[in-house]
Amino acid sequence: MSKIEKFRKEYLGRSFVTVMGLFIIFLTLAIGAFLFYKGVATFTVHGHSVGEFLFSADWAPADIGEGGTVGAAYFIVGSILISTLALVIATPFSVATALFMTEISPNLGKKLLQPAVEIFVGIPSVVYGWVGLTVLVPFIARVFSLPYGYSVLAGSIVLSVMIFPTITSVSADAIRNVPIEYTEASYGLGSTRWQLIRKIIFPAALPGILTGVVLGLARAFGEALAVAMVIGKTQAFPSGLLSPATNLTAAITADMGNTTEGSEWNDALWTMALLLLLISFLFIVLIRLAGKIGEDKR
Amino acid sequence: MKKILSALTAVLVAAFSLTACAGGGESSSAASSAAPSSEASSEAAPASSASSEEAKLTGSVNISGSSALQPLVQAAAEQLKAKNPDLAMTVNAGGSGTGLQNVADKTVDIGNSDVFAEEKLDASKASALVDHQVCVVGVAAVANPGTGVTNVKKQQLIDIFTGKIKNWKEVGGKDQAIVIVNRPKSSGTRALFKQFALDGQEEKVGKALTEDNSGTLKQTVAQTPGAIAYLAFSYLNDDTVTALSLDDVKPAYDNIYSGKYPIWGYEHMYTNGEATGTAKAVIDYIKGDDFSSTVTQMGYGLISKMTVKREAPKAKS
Repeated sequence: MSKIEKFRKEYLGRSFVTVMGLFIIFLTLAIGAFLFYKGVATFTVHGHSVGEFLFSADWAPADIGEGGTVGAAYFIVGSILISTLALVIATPFSVATALFMTEISPNLGKKLLQPAVEIFVGIPSVVYGWVGLTVLVPFIARVFSLPYGYSVLAGSIVLSVMIFPTITSVSADAIRNVPIEYTEASYGLGSTRWQLIRKIIFPAALPGILTGVVLGLARAFGEALAVAMVIGKTQAFPSGLLSPATNLTAAITADMGNTTEGSEWNDALWTMALLLLLISFLFIVLIRLAGKIGEDKR
Repeated sequence: MKKILSALTAVLVAAFSLTACAGGGESSSAASSAAPSSEASSEAAPASSASSEEAKLTGSVNISGSSALQPLVQAAAEQLKAKNPDLAMTVNAGGSGTGLQNVADKTVDIGNSDVFAEEKLDASKASALVDHQVCVVGVAAVANPGTGVTNVKKQQLIDIFTGKIKNWKEVGGKDQAIVIVNRPKSSGTRALFKQFALDGQEEKVGKALTEDNSGTLKQTVAQTPGAIAYLAFSYLNDDTVTALSLDDVKPAYDNIYSGKYPIWGYEHMYTNGEATGTAKAVIDYIKGDDFSSTVTQMGYGLISKMTVKREAPKAKS
């Protein structure tokens, strides 16, 4: 009796937790393995080179049979350009907001800014895309007197709004984690608040802020819907901020339903998906490195 | 002892969850392969064909594929379900490629497609599929209403989409730059337009905007001065965009029926092997006279009125 009792109280929960944990690990590995299996078909089955995929801009994969070309450079360049630009736009806002809501006005931060940032996270990406399409795109067209406003700029602005909450909350956490002794010591030495923020808080929280930035970049890279709606998806290298572009996620979503499994085209899309996974993997490694540097500093 | 016990429980729980997963898998595959059993049950009922109105259809039919055909099949599903309460029908979009792939793999009973199976599948897979052409769909070149152009010659259209003509004044319109808006390369509408309006010539790459679906494409053309694109007739229900006549022939089904207007294609419903049972009844209903008013109302054309025919292309291996 007591054994059953003990089993129920102790081991059941533990086993449940263990199995669930192992299952998630298994799932992650399975998804990675599947993407790898599908993604390398472009190179192993269809005989294209990695160089062609990464650096050629000749994108015309075959629907049936072989003989197409799979140069994805337009999409890769578009993804990198738009995400990086989004980061450049979002980071100053995010870091400033994080500093404001933690150091300058914690009260207002807690009551107003924190909930506002959380609401930002909850807005579905299609809404961002839709607002971008109906407000931002015509606005850009009017301001710069262009025939249309689909552009790298529109995509970057939409993305920057989307990654702003990620960078802000991670940065705010990092700033809150700066030991109170630093602040006290700094004030004790007679620094002003701004000196404290600039010379002590910001450098001490920098690894955490960088983690937020990289997370934001990862999010920006993987975002599909909202960006696709406002960049125009022109298959060319953008000639400037105001010219349309395309990206990896847009190519995948546009063509996945109309191509058949195992075709050169479909497999090329899987290769793009694999590339996205590898890029986000790289970002996670960067986050770990940033975190490690932070620990070493302490 | 405790350790052994906990390890044992872990294994037990794992085994249980695995069998649960496997069981789930089996039951879902059973659901998706429910077609044979439903066929059997509807065949057991004496009259399963659509010709006799009294027979109630039962079982389930799963359909996926073309997003252009999906609204029509959905409408048919609603009408059929109203008449046959025991009938379960699911109609998914997802693209012609998905539909053809699914029906070739037998994960659905019917695969909808805008294009012939031979254009998307290998010969070995395509040969197993049976084509049911349920209606035709016309595609029109459309322009922003502000261009001042309502008619183009075919060669002009080709020159516009291949980038030789860059301004509307070259085709008798305003002095306004032409903005091309495309569907994705894999789109069925784009394939039709390229084949029959552009005589197979590749559009100029790197200049055109791309919109994933016809709805947003229409909005873009309506909003963008100088825009030109192409839409299925089913989207031409208002005047936010101007449908262009081609060589003075209006884009209308009467002109398609008589063979004057060239940009059209069949909408296909593919079955793996001859259609039987409930799947056959559904296809017969969509092709039938009772449904024809819905077909024309929703912007599709009737096969029965066609005076011209097209053959499937030769399969590539």
